[in-house]
Amino acid sequence: MAEFFKESAYIAVAVSLIAYSFGSWLKRKFKLGLLNPLLISILCTIAFLLAVKVDYETYKGGAQVLTWFLTPATVSLAIPLYEEWELLKANVKAVVFGILSGVITSLVTILVLSVLLGLNHKQYVTLLPKSITVAMGMGLSEELGGYVIITVSVIAITGVLGNVFGEAICKLFRIKEPIAKGLAFGTATHAIGTARAMEIGEVEGAMSGLSIAVAGVFTVILAPIFATFF
Amino acid sequence: MKFLKQFLIILLISLIGEALKAVLPLPVPASIYGMVILFICLVTKVIKLDQVRDAGKFLIEIMPVMFIPSGVGLMVSWGDLQPILIPVAVITVVTVITVMGATGVVSQWIIRRDKERLNG
Repeated sequence: MAEFFKESAYIAVAVSLIAYSFGSWLKRKFKLGLLNPLLISILCTIAFLLAVKVDYETYKGGAQVLTWFLTPATVSLAIPLYEEWELLKANVKAVVFGILSGVITSLVTILVLSVLLGLNHKQYVTLLPKSITVAMGMGLSEELGGYVIITVSVIAITGVLGNVFGEAICKLFRIKEPIAKGLAFGTATHAIGTARAMEIGEVEGAMSGLSIAVAGVFTVILAPIFATFF
Repeated sequence: MKFLKQFLIILLISLIGEALKAVLPLPVPASIYGMVILFICLVTKVIKLDQVRDAGKFLIEIMPVMFIPSGVGLMVSWGDLQPILIPVAVITVVTVITVMGATGVVSQWIIRRDKERLNG
Protein backbone atom coordinates (compact mmCIF):
# COMPACT_ATOMS: atom_id res chain seq x y z
CA MET A 1 0.00 0.00 0.00
CA ALA A 2 2.77 2.44 0.99
CA GLU A 3 4.54 1.70 -2.32
CA PHE A 4 1.42 2.29 -4.36
CA PHE A 5 0.77 5.50 -2.43
CA LYS A 6 4.18 6.83 -3.54
CA GLU A 7 3.48 6.00 -7.20
CA SER A 8 -0.12 7.16 -7.39
CA ALA A 9 -0.94 10.66 -8.59
CA TYR A 10 -4.50 10.61 -7.29
CA ILE A 11 -4.73 8.64 -4.06
CA ALA A 12 -3.76 11.44 -1.67
CA VAL A 13 -6.39 13.80 -3.06
CA ALA A 14 -8.94 10.98 -3.29
CA VAL A 15 -8.41 10.01 0.37
CA SER A 16 -8.72 13.68 1.45
CA LEU A 17 -11.93 14.23 -0.52
CA ILE A 18 -13.49 10.92 0.56
CA ALA A 19 -12.69 11.84 4.18
CA TYR A 20 -14.29 15.27 3.64
CA SER A 21 -17.40 13.79 2.02
CA PHE A 22 -17.68 11.38 4.92
CA GLY A 23 -17.45 14.36 7.31
CA SER A 24 -20.16 16.24 5.38
CA TRP A 25 -22.38 13.16 5.44
CA LEU A 26 -21.92 12.75 9.22
CA LYS A 27 -22.76 16.40 9.76
CA ARG A 28 -25.94 16.17 7.67
CA LYS A 29 -26.95 12.96 9.36
CA PHE A 30 -26.43 14.04 12.99
CA LYS A 31 -26.65 17.85 12.69
CA LEU A 32 -23.96 18.31 15.33
CA GLY A 33 -21.53 21.28 15.29
CA LEU A 34 -18.65 19.18 16.57
CA LEU A 35 -18.93 16.97 13.48
CA ASN A 36 -17.14 19.55 11.38
CA PRO A 37 -16.29 18.12 7.93
CA LEU A 38 -12.83 19.70 7.93
CA LEU A 39 -11.95 18.38 11.39
CA ILE A 40 -13.29 14.91 10.55
CA SER A 41 -11.45 14.81 7.23
CA ILE A 42 -8.15 15.77 8.90
CA LEU A 43 -8.53 13.13 11.63
CA CYS A 44 -9.67 10.41 9.20
CA THR A 45 -6.83 11.17 6.80
CA ILE A 46 -4.26 11.00 9.64
CA ALA A 47 -5.80 7.72 10.85
CA PHE A 48 -5.68 6.30 7.33
CA LEU A 49 -2.04 7.33 6.77
CA LEU A 50 -0.99 5.81 10.11
CA ALA A 51 -2.94 2.61 9.34
CA VAL A 52 -1.30 2.05 5.93
CA LYS A 53 2.10 3.38 7.16
CA VAL A 54 2.42 6.24 4.70
CA ASP A 55 4.44 9.24 5.98
CA TYR A 56 3.31 12.86 5.77
CA GLU A 57 5.83 13.84 3.09
CA THR A 58 4.50 11.17 0.71
CA TYR A 59 0.92 12.24 1.37
CA LYS A 60 1.80 15.91 0.94
CA GLY A 61 3.46 15.17 -2.40
CA GLY A 62 0.10 14.13 -3.80
CA ALA A 63 -2.22 16.32 -1.75
CA GLN A 64 -0.49 19.64 -2.39
CA VAL A 65 -2.66 20.07 -5.48
CA LEU A 66 -5.38 21.03 -3.00
CA THR A 67 -3.14 23.61 -1.33
CA TRP A 68 -2.27 24.98 -4.77
CA PHE A 69 -5.83 26.29 -5.13
CA LEU A 70 -5.62 28.25 -1.88
CA THR A 71 -4.13 31.41 -3.41
CA PRO A 72 -6.69 31.74 -6.26
CA ALA A 73 -9.47 30.96 -3.75
CA THR A 74 -8.26 33.66 -1.33
CA VAL A 75 -7.97 36.10 -4.27
CA SER A 76 -11.60 35.23 -5.10
CA LEU A 77 -12.70 36.41 -1.63
CA ALA A 78 -12.58 39.87 -3.23
CA ILE A 79 -15.79 38.92 -5.10
CA PRO A 80 -18.17 38.64 -2.11
CA LEU A 81 -16.36 41.62 -0.64
CA TYR A 82 -17.14 43.68 -3.76
CA GLU A 83 -20.75 42.49 -3.71
CA GLU A 84 -21.04 43.89 -0.17
CA TRP A 85 -19.04 47.05 -0.97
CA GLU A 86 -21.90 49.47 -0.15
CA LEU A 87 -22.44 47.75 3.18
CA LEU A 88 -18.73 47.94 3.92
CA LYS A 89 -18.53 51.64 3.10
CA ALA A 90 -21.50 52.38 5.33
CA ASN A 91 -19.84 50.54 8.25
CA VAL A 92 -16.21 51.47 7.87
CA LYS A 93 -15.84 52.56 11.52
CA ALA A 94 -17.23 49.28 12.85
CA VAL A 95 -14.92 47.35 10.53
CA VAL A 96 -11.72 49.19 11.46
CA PHE A 97 -12.30 49.49 15.21
CA GLY A 98 -13.87 46.03 15.54
CA ILE A 99 -10.91 44.33 13.88
CA LEU A 100 -8.35 46.49 15.70
CA SER A 101 -9.93 45.58 19.08
CA GLY A 102 -9.79 41.92 18.07
CA VAL A 103 -6.13 42.05 17.07
CA ILE A 104 -5.09 43.86 20.27
CA THR A 105 -7.16 41.42 22.36
CA SER A 106 -5.42 38.51 20.62
CA LEU A 107 -1.93 39.85 21.34
CA VAL A 108 -2.76 40.83 24.96
CA THR A 109 -4.42 37.46 25.70
CA ILE A 110 -1.41 35.57 24.35
CA LEU A 111 1.02 37.80 26.29
CA VAL A 112 -0.81 37.47 29.62
CA LEU A 113 -1.38 33.71 29.33
CA SER A 114 2.19 33.03 28.16
CA VAL A 115 3.53 34.79 31.27
CA LEU A 116 1.01 33.05 33.57
CA LEU A 117 1.59 29.59 32.09
CA GLY A 118 5.37 29.92 32.15
CA LEU A 119 6.21 29.79 28.44
CA ASN A 120 9.58 31.12 27.28
CA HIS A 121 10.13 33.92 24.75
CA LYS A 122 10.48 31.61 21.77
CA GLN A 123 7.28 29.75 22.63
CA TYR A 124 5.50 33.08 23.21
CA VAL A 125 6.42 34.54 19.80
CA THR A 126 5.48 31.22 18.18
CA LEU A 127 1.91 31.84 19.34
CA LEU A 128 1.65 35.58 18.57
CA PRO A 129 0.56 35.07 14.91
CA LYS A 130 -1.98 32.36 15.81
CA SER A 131 -5.14 34.26 14.84
CA ILE A 132 -4.08 35.27 11.32
CA THR A 133 -4.00 33.40 8.03
CA VAL A 134 -1.30 30.72 7.55
CA ALA A 135 0.41 32.52 4.69
CA MET A 136 1.01 35.64 6.80
CA GLY A 137 1.44 33.84 10.13
CA MET A 138 4.28 31.65 8.86
CA GLY A 139 6.32 34.64 7.71
CA LEU A 140 5.65 36.51 10.95
CA SER A 141 6.63 33.54 13.15
CA GLU A 142 9.88 33.19 11.25
CA GLU A 143 10.62 36.91 11.54
CA LEU A 144 9.97 36.87 15.31
CA GLY A 145 12.10 33.73 15.76
CA GLY A 146 9.35 31.24 16.65
CA TYR A 147 8.84 27.53 15.86
CA VAL A 148 7.23 27.97 12.42
CA ILE A 149 5.76 24.46 12.20
CA ILE A 150 4.00 24.85 15.58
CA THR A 151 2.68 28.26 14.53
CA VAL A 152 1.18 26.63 11.43
CA SER A 153 -0.45 23.85 13.47
CA VAL A 154 -1.84 26.27 16.06
CA ILE A 155 -3.22 28.51 13.30
CA ALA A 156 -4.94 25.48 11.76
CA ILE A 157 -6.42 24.41 15.13
CA THR A 158 -7.57 27.97 15.81
CA GLY A 159 -9.39 27.97 12.48
CA VAL A 160 -11.04 24.62 13.12
CA LEU A 161 -12.16 25.79 16.60
CA GLY A 162 -13.75 28.89 15.06
CA ASN A 163 -15.29 26.78 12.31
CA VAL A 164 -16.85 24.44 14.89
CA PHE A 165 -17.63 26.72 17.87
CA GLY A 166 -17.85 30.14 16.20
CA GLU A 167 -21.60 30.30 16.22
CA ALA A 168 -21.82 29.22 19.85
CA ILE A 169 -19.28 31.91 20.82
CA CYS A 170 -21.27 34.56 18.93
CA LYS A 171 -24.37 33.44 20.79
CA LEU A 172 -22.50 33.62 24.11
CA PHE A 173 -21.57 37.27 23.52
CA ARG A 174 -24.98 38.04 21.95
CA ILE A 175 -23.35 39.00 18.65
CA LYS A 176 -26.30 39.09 16.26
CA GLU A 177 -25.52 41.74 13.61
CA PRO A 178 -24.37 39.86 10.49
CA ILE A 179 -21.53 42.36 9.95
CA ALA A 180 -20.26 42.00 13.52
CA LYS A 181 -20.48 38.21 13.26
CA GLY A 182 -18.47 38.15 10.05
CA LEU A 183 -15.80 40.44 11.51
CA ALA A 184 -15.58 38.22 14.61
CA PHE A 185 -15.15 35.03 12.55
CA GLY A 186 -12.48 36.46 10.23
CA THR A 187 -10.47 38.31 12.88
CA ALA A 188 -10.35 35.40 15.33
CA THR A 189 -10.17 32.42 12.98
CA HIS A 190 -8.97 33.62 9.52
CA ALA A 191 -9.76 31.63 6.36
CA ILE A 192 -10.97 28.42 8.03
CA GLY A 193 -13.48 30.40 10.09
CA THR A 194 -14.39 32.33 6.93
CA ALA A 195 -15.31 29.07 5.21
CA ARG A 196 -17.94 28.63 7.94
CA ALA A 197 -19.05 32.30 7.82
CA MET A 198 -19.65 31.87 4.07
CA GLU A 199 -22.15 29.12 4.88
CA ILE A 200 -23.96 31.29 7.44
CA GLY A 201 -24.60 34.13 5.00
CA GLU A 202 -23.30 36.40 2.24
CA VAL A 203 -22.71 39.38 4.54
CA GLU A 204 -21.04 37.27 7.22
CA GLY A 205 -18.79 35.65 4.62
CA ALA A 206 -17.80 38.90 2.93
CA MET A 207 -16.97 40.63 6.23
CA SER A 208 -15.05 37.59 7.42
CA GLY A 209 -13.02 37.51 4.20
CA LEU A 210 -12.21 41.18 4.55
CA SER A 211 -11.13 40.66 8.18
CA ILE A 212 -8.49 38.12 7.13
CA ALA A 213 -6.60 40.78 5.20
CA VAL A 214 -7.13 43.66 7.65
CA ALA A 215 -6.42 41.62 10.81
CA GLY A 216 -3.35 40.15 9.11
CA VAL A 217 -1.94 43.59 8.36
CA PHE A 218 -2.66 44.95 11.88
CA THR A 219 -1.03 41.87 13.43
CA VAL A 220 2.06 42.10 11.23
CA ILE A 221 2.50 45.70 12.41
CA LEU A 222 1.73 45.17 16.13
CA ALA A 223 3.18 41.70 16.87
CA PRO A 224 6.86 42.79 16.62
CA ILE A 225 6.11 45.46 19.28
CA PHE A 226 4.43 42.88 21.54
CA ALA A 227 7.39 40.53 21.03
CA THR A 228 9.59 43.00 22.95
CA PHE A 229 7.30 42.92 26.04
CA PHE A 230 8.26 39.41 27.21
CA MET B 1 -14.83 28.31 -22.16
CA LYS B 2 -16.60 30.55 -19.68
CA PHE B 3 -15.05 28.85 -16.66
CA LEU B 4 -11.64 28.70 -18.29
CA LYS B 5 -11.58 32.45 -18.98
CA GLN B 6 -12.78 33.28 -15.49
CA PHE B 7 -10.24 30.98 -13.89
CA LEU B 8 -7.51 32.44 -16.09
CA ILE B 9 -8.28 35.97 -14.86
CA ILE B 10 -8.13 34.83 -11.22
CA LEU B 11 -4.94 32.92 -11.91
CA LEU B 12 -3.27 35.90 -13.59
CA ILE B 13 -4.13 38.08 -10.59
CA SER B 14 -2.64 35.41 -8.31
CA LEU B 15 0.48 35.56 -10.49
CA ILE B 16 0.69 39.35 -10.16
CA GLY B 17 0.30 38.90 -6.39
CA GLU B 18 3.18 36.44 -6.43
CA ALA B 19 5.34 38.89 -8.39
CA LEU B 20 4.56 41.70 -5.93
CA LYS B 21 5.48 39.43 -3.02
CA ALA B 22 8.82 38.72 -4.71
CA VAL B 23 9.53 42.43 -5.23
CA LEU B 24 8.17 44.06 -2.05
CA PRO B 25 10.00 43.34 1.25
CA LEU B 26 6.80 42.95 3.34
CA PRO B 27 5.55 39.78 5.10
CA VAL B 28 2.35 39.90 3.02
CA PRO B 29 1.43 36.74 1.08
CA ALA B 30 0.67 36.68 -2.66
CA SER B 31 -2.99 35.84 -1.97
CA ILE B 32 -3.61 39.05 0.00
CA TYR B 33 -1.98 41.22 -2.71
CA GLY B 34 -4.15 39.38 -5.23
CA MET B 35 -7.31 39.89 -3.19
CA VAL B 36 -6.65 43.63 -2.99
CA ILE B 37 -5.85 43.83 -6.74
CA LEU B 38 -9.02 41.96 -7.74
CA PHE B 39 -11.06 44.13 -5.39
CA ILE B 40 -9.64 47.36 -6.89
CA CYS B 41 -10.23 46.01 -10.43
CA LEU B 42 -13.87 45.27 -9.56
CA VAL B 43 -14.49 48.64 -7.94
CA THR B 44 -12.91 50.52 -10.88
CA LYS B 45 -14.79 48.22 -13.34
CA VAL B 46 -11.54 47.17 -15.03
CA ILE B 47 -12.90 43.65 -14.43
CA LYS B 48 -16.66 43.13 -14.48
CA LEU B 49 -18.26 40.91 -11.86
CA ASP B 50 -19.55 38.51 -14.57
CA GLN B 51 -15.99 37.91 -15.76
CA VAL B 52 -14.90 36.23 -12.51
CA ARG B 53 -18.03 35.48 -10.49
CA ASP B 54 -18.81 31.82 -11.29
CA ALA B 55 -15.26 30.48 -11.10
CA GLY B 56 -14.58 32.57 -7.99
CA LYS B 57 -17.68 31.35 -6.19
CA PHE B 58 -16.76 27.76 -7.03
CA LEU B 59 -13.25 28.21 -5.60
CA ILE B 60 -14.69 29.74 -2.43
CA GLU B 61 -17.18 26.91 -2.09
CA ILE B 62 -14.49 24.21 -2.17
CA MET B 63 -12.09 26.25 0.00
CA PRO B 64 -12.37 24.08 3.16
CA VAL B 65 -10.81 21.05 1.44
CA MET B 66 -7.72 23.13 0.60
CA PHE B 67 -6.86 23.16 4.32
CA ILE B 68 -6.82 19.38 4.69
CA PRO B 69 -3.12 18.94 3.76
CA SER B 70 -1.89 21.56 6.27
CA GLY B 71 -4.18 20.13 8.94
CA VAL B 72 -2.79 16.64 8.37
CA GLY B 73 0.65 18.25 8.95
CA LEU B 74 -0.22 17.98 12.65
CA MET B 75 0.99 14.36 12.53
CA VAL B 76 4.53 15.68 11.96
CA SER B 77 4.63 18.66 14.36
CA TRP B 78 3.07 16.59 17.15
CA GLY B 79 6.50 15.84 18.68
CA ASP B 80 7.47 19.51 19.10
CA LEU B 81 4.03 20.40 20.32
CA GLN B 82 3.64 17.68 22.96
CA PRO B 83 5.83 19.17 25.76
CA ILE B 84 3.91 22.48 25.72
CA LEU B 85 0.60 20.97 24.75
CA ILE B 86 -1.48 22.10 27.72
CA PRO B 87 -0.43 25.79 27.79
CA VAL B 88 -0.75 25.97 24.00
CA ALA B 89 -4.19 24.36 24.08
CA VAL B 90 -5.36 26.75 26.82
CA ILE B 91 -4.04 29.80 24.94
CA THR B 92 -5.52 28.62 21.63
CA VAL B 93 -8.99 28.05 23.05
CA VAL B 94 -9.09 31.18 25.25
CA THR B 95 -7.84 33.44 22.43
CA VAL B 96 -10.50 32.25 20.00
CA ILE B 97 -13.17 33.16 22.57
CA THR B 98 -11.72 36.55 23.63
CA VAL B 99 -10.92 37.69 20.08
CA MET B 100 -14.30 36.73 18.66
CA GLY B 101 -15.99 38.33 21.63
CA ALA B 102 -14.00 41.58 21.48
CA THR B 103 -14.32 42.00 17.70
CA GLY B 104 -18.01 41.17 17.65
CA VAL B 105 -19.01 43.21 20.69
CA VAL B 106 -17.07 46.33 19.67
CA SER B 107 -18.25 46.29 16.05
CA GLN B 108 -21.85 45.52 17.04
CA TRP B 109 -21.78 48.39 19.54
CA ILE B 110 -20.61 50.82 16.83
CA ILE B 111 -23.16 49.51 14.28
CA ARG B 112 -26.08 49.83 16.71
CA ARG B 113 -24.99 53.25 17.97
CA ASP B 114 -24.78 54.52 14.36
CA LYS B 115 -28.21 53.04 13.58
CA GLU B 116 -29.71 54.81 16.59
CA ARG B 117 -28.15 58.13 15.55
CA LEU B 118 -29.56 57.66 12.07
CA ASN B 119 -33.02 56.97 13.44
CA GLY B 120 -32.94 59.49 16.26
